[in-house]
Amino acid sequence: MAKALKKALHAKTPRPTLGGVEFEGFAHVAECAPVGMILLRAKFDVAGLADAVKMAVGVDLPTRGQILQNKGQGAAWMSPDEYLLILAYNDVSTTLAAFNKALAGSHILAIDVSDARAVFDVTGLKAAQVLTKLCPVDLSNFDKGHIRRTRAAQVAVAFWREGMGFRLVCFRSVAGYVMGLLTHSAQEGSELA
Amino acid sequence: MSTRLATGGRLIDRSLFYDFQFNGKNLRGFFGDSLASALLANDQVLMGRSFKYHRPRSVVAAGPEEPNALVNLGQGARLEPNQRATVTELFDGLFAASQNHWPSLEFDVGSINSRLAAFLPAGFYYKTFMFPRSFWKHVFEPIIRQSAGLGKAPKERDADRYECAYAFCDLLIVGGGISGIKAALVAGQAGLRVLVLEQTAHWGGRAVVDGRIDGSLIDGLAPEDWVEKGLSTLAKLKNVTLRTRSTGAGVYDHGYVLADERVADHTPGDGRPKHRLWRIRADRILTATGAIERPLTFAGNDVPGVVLAGALRDYLINYAVSLGDRTVVVTNNDDAYRTAIALIDAGLSVPAIIDARPQALGDLPNAARSKGIRVETGRAVALVKGGKRVTGVSICLQAGEGSVLEEIDCDAVAMSGGWSPVVHLFSHCGGKLSWQDEGAFFRPDAARPPITHDGSPMVLVAGAANGVLWAGDCLADAEAVAQTAIKLAGTKVKRATVSVMTAPSETAMVPVWVMPQGAGLGLRAKMWLDFQNDVKVSDVQLAAREGFESVEHTKRYTTLGMATDQGKLSNINGLAILANALGEDIPTVGTTTFRPPYTPVTIGALAGEARGDIFQPLRRTPMHGWHEKMGAYFEPVGHWRRPYCYPRASESHEQAVYREVLNTRNALGILDASTLGKVIVKGPDAGRFLDMLYTGVMSSLPIGRCRYGLMCNENGFLSDDGVVARVDENTWLCHTTSGGAERIHGHMEDWLQCEWWDWQVYTANVTEQYSQVAVVGPNARKLLNKLGGMDVSQNTLPFMQWADGTLGGFSVRVYRISFSGELSYEIAVRASHGMEFWEACVDAGAELDLMPYGTEALHIMRAEKGFIMIGDETDGTVIPQDLNLAWAISKKKTDYLGKRGQQRSFLSAPDRWILVGLETIDRSVIPDGAYIVADGENSNGQRNVQGRVTSTYYSPTLGRGIAMGLLANGARRLGDIVELSVLKGAPVKAKVVNQVFYDKEGAKSNG
Repeated sequence: MAKALKKALHAKTPRPTLGGVEFEGFAHVAECAPVGMILLRAKFDVAGLADAVKMAVGVDLPTRGQILQNKGQGAAWMSPDEYLLILAYNDVSTTLAAFNKALAGSHILAIDVSDARAVFDVTGLKAAQVLTKLCPVDLSNFDKGHIRRTRAAQVAVAFWREGMGFRLVCFRSVAGYVMGLLTHSAQEGSELA
Repeated sequence: MSTRLATGGRLIDRSLFYDFQFNGKNLRGFFGDSLASALLANDQVLMGRSFKYHRPRSVVAAGPEEPNALVNLGQGARLEPNQRATVTELFDGLFAASQNHWPSLEFDVGSINSRLAAFLPAGFYYKTFMFPRSFWKHVFEPIIRQSAGLGKAPKERDADRYECAYAFCDLLIVGGGISGIKAALVAGQAGLRVLVLEQTAHWGGRAVVDGRIDGSLIDGLAPEDWVEKGLSTLAKLKNVTLRTRSTGAGVYDHGYVLADERVADHTPGDGRPKHRLWRIRADRILTATGAIERPLTFAGNDVPGVVLAGALRDYLINYAVSLGDRTVVVTNNDDAYRTAIALIDAGLSVPAIIDARPQALGDLPNAARSKGIRVETGRAVALVKGGKRVTGVSICLQAGEGSVLEEIDCDAVAMSGGWSPVVHLFSHCGGKLSWQDEGAFFRPDAARPPITHDGSPMVLVAGAANGVLWAGDCLADAEAVAQTAIKLAGTKVKRATVSVMTAPSETAMVPVWVMPQGAGLGLRAKMWLDFQNDVKVSDVQLAAREGFESVEHTKRYTTLGMATDQGKLSNINGLAILANALGEDIPTVGTTTFRPPYTPVTIGALAGEARGDIFQPLRRTPMHGWHEKMGAYFEPVGHWRRPYCYPRASESHEQAVYREVLNTRNALGILDASTLGKVIVKGPDAGRFLDMLYTGVMSSLPIGRCRYGLMCNENGFLSDDGVVARVDENTWLCHTTSGGAERIHGHMEDWLQCEWWDWQVYTANVTEQYSQVAVVGPNARKLLNKLGGMDVSQNTLPFMQWADGTLGGFSVRVYRISFSGELSYEIAVRASHGMEFWEACVDAGAELDLMPYGTEALHIMRAEKGFIMIGDETDGTVIPQDLNLAWAISKKKTDYLGKRGQQRSFLSAPDRWILVGLETIDRSVIPDGAYIVADGENSNGQRNVQGRVTSTYYSPTLGRGIAMGLLANGARRLGDIVELSVLKGAPVKAKVVNQVFYDKEGAKSNG
């Protein structure tokens, strides 16, 4: 027992919710390794907020509908008073502590939500078609640097362009459902164009 | 006989043949055939039976408006009822059977209904309700059930897959005829993002068929070539998307359109989705949906072989199929002459064209005459002769009463009563129609369109759908309407690119609603309006005589237009008959309401991907896999699946639950409590906020402590409960019920965003960030000590406190809270460690007799302790005071959500139903939902009641049935014996007791 526990504790990054499943259809669907995420509730004009975000994830404060990324880190605009900070899973606790310290006394809420999420990459030339079947979003003018909070079929998701496709985030408990949706929608032969 | 001609057929490829089956017969058709054309090519004219009289039925149309040629398509897991043969593309191995026949299509016993037509008048169905009363149940209903009905419902699970897709555009064009293509060219070249939908597999609509007959030209090209050229131009425009086999089914507010794409109907089993439901958001919609030809109402117009004139030439030109050697054309307009010309050109015979108009002097009648066709004006068909096939027609004067002048032998009759614009999509969202006398049809009124958010027209209409029936005028109309769309989109209009069409001119049609106009009842009772539902001219006239003046009432009374074709052929003719019978004009009578979908959309397409594993988002905790491996029996809690119990080898669920309860009470139980809602509330005003949200005081809760809290809605009714923990000066963690996390988080945000927007409070739903494990029972502390890492003793971590630390090396937050009355710790770990922590507990607990327990054991243990459960003790009408929870309501606070509501007279009344415990005298378990009866009966003759059971279980701990219930004046009635109603047998007697059945002093919770 002790051995198993030690292994669990010292694992660098935990296993993804579904164990990193993949599916190859007309686009490639893959569950990502856990991503560090900090949910930040704050008004944009909180003194020192932009500096603290820059310190935490190396980017400026994003504006409406925007995600700013830099070397695996980033910050996304989620609502007029909510941001999502993205960073390496193992950096979250240190960064969060420093972030909270920097803004001590300000009215903000910053909290680790890395484990509450599952993350998928949908890649390939026709990746957009997979999302077109699930999300009521016009992807024709959805460029790199945009983030969209929306739904995939019956559940909440957010996504942005990343690499050769899209990175999509959903709640952990529905990871299996979302993988099912993506698999169904990426079936060979069901291309939209 | 109907047959395939030796040459021709613009859509078929004779080098590729398909074998298919109809009613067990092996038949052969060509690539490009529709099922209907392939059946006709095999002389299979009879395709079905009508709904009411079981009359023999064949095609009357060639497109989606077809009411008659419905088949059961496919078999087993691919059976689809009510498929229209006219729009079913033929494929190899197609299997179809006709519907509504018994015992066979050729000989149908039900057709005797036809002889009994006098006894089956309009409204027959309703009349059977009236007299004699008992006849409905014993005579009429069984007969109607036996004889009515169309396709068979599939019994197997659908073998196909379906999906949805979203699309966005500036302009959605529905209809790929020449008007739609012209509009797409104009709008596409102006830079608009355009999506064009065509319901068939082919572009061009009517014009490409008629162009082959009348030699019309567009910009000097044959219409087919013009369409080809247009498509290739459109294909080069990146901003234009073209989709065939896609029907615009419904138009909804704000430019939302549903379209049904038949992706793989014609290639079943190839793995592609059968249908794809498009959800389109269009800034504007342009419908170019064409027009549908109207039948003429003469006696015997339903005999197989009587076909719409346009459809007859579709079969001829598109599929090289003739319905017979000799065809009589009956018309009130010039267009039908094209059919006669096409027949002659194909080497077939047209004994006569019967034109109801006094004269016919247009280009087309003259062309027909020059081909030697006999044209008879002012004449009408008195009667079509024949049963299952046309054998001839009797001719009379249109102005007369039907005296036969002449009989003409023929195999088919091509009829045309004029054309009705397809106004459906324009009308779905409230577009108004205006009557146009000239063509005798309703057309979209451009001054009263459905409007969108800014008051501008949402739907524009072009071409024949706009009432511009002559092809020569369609292109100019499409050009103009497309320019309007461009202007409305705020884009600059380019110079018009006028297309010039040369086509034979057409003279005016003359409306003919009854043929001949003075026909007596004998003839009118044989004039079909609705072919599928067997509604005749005489039925509508009877309805009018019986007082059905509203067109909507007449529709329902006679079932006119209520068949699967929704009146596409019968609507205008029926209205005209009704208007005439009422002495009104047609526009005064008006139309019935056009509702989506335009043509039937299969349920599978509407369901899309939502079936099987992804029918619903199923929520799984991090330990879900472990529960599955242990053979847990799951129950739904919201979208979560939670273990109800963990039955062992031969155990029943009941036995498993009792074992789990006893083991937890006597040794050690472990529960996956991860689904419990967890909401962080932080900010300088967080304490004040929680004091408003909960009935108790949370602002005074010391850091490190927990407090049970109740939340009510504004009306005062109990909405949720849970334990609140104070995390730091500005931060609280609120536990909600398992099903309530999202709802309560939304409730909090609602109040913060809409009412107390100036309060400095942030919330975050962190339910899924943590796994929560409840370790419960006398051995609970021993297990935690064994895992080691932090002090969880009574002194360091007393009841209703929490502490951070490590257990077995895991970072944890441990709450000393109990929902069972036992010594209990709820341990939160990060979700990605949930499974490992759970397994560590299970491993370490082996020697402490640890067993997992499920939700039912949880429920029993909380009931034994008299704890309430949201949803059991509450139902939206219960206030905390009803549940003896006044102790959790602050008397000092000036306000909280629900306080004012609870002061209302009926909520503060002294005789409310109050929670009590109930112990049956015979120790039995009271049925769920039982009422506590009172003396006497109410004014409805029902037994009076004084309360009801809210929770009832067998308590394995106490070895007897226990229950909680709400009872009038409950708290003051301890010791009373009450009676509870049960479904069968005498009422059960129970003693009113305190709601806490087990460990009243609460000693066990400290271990």
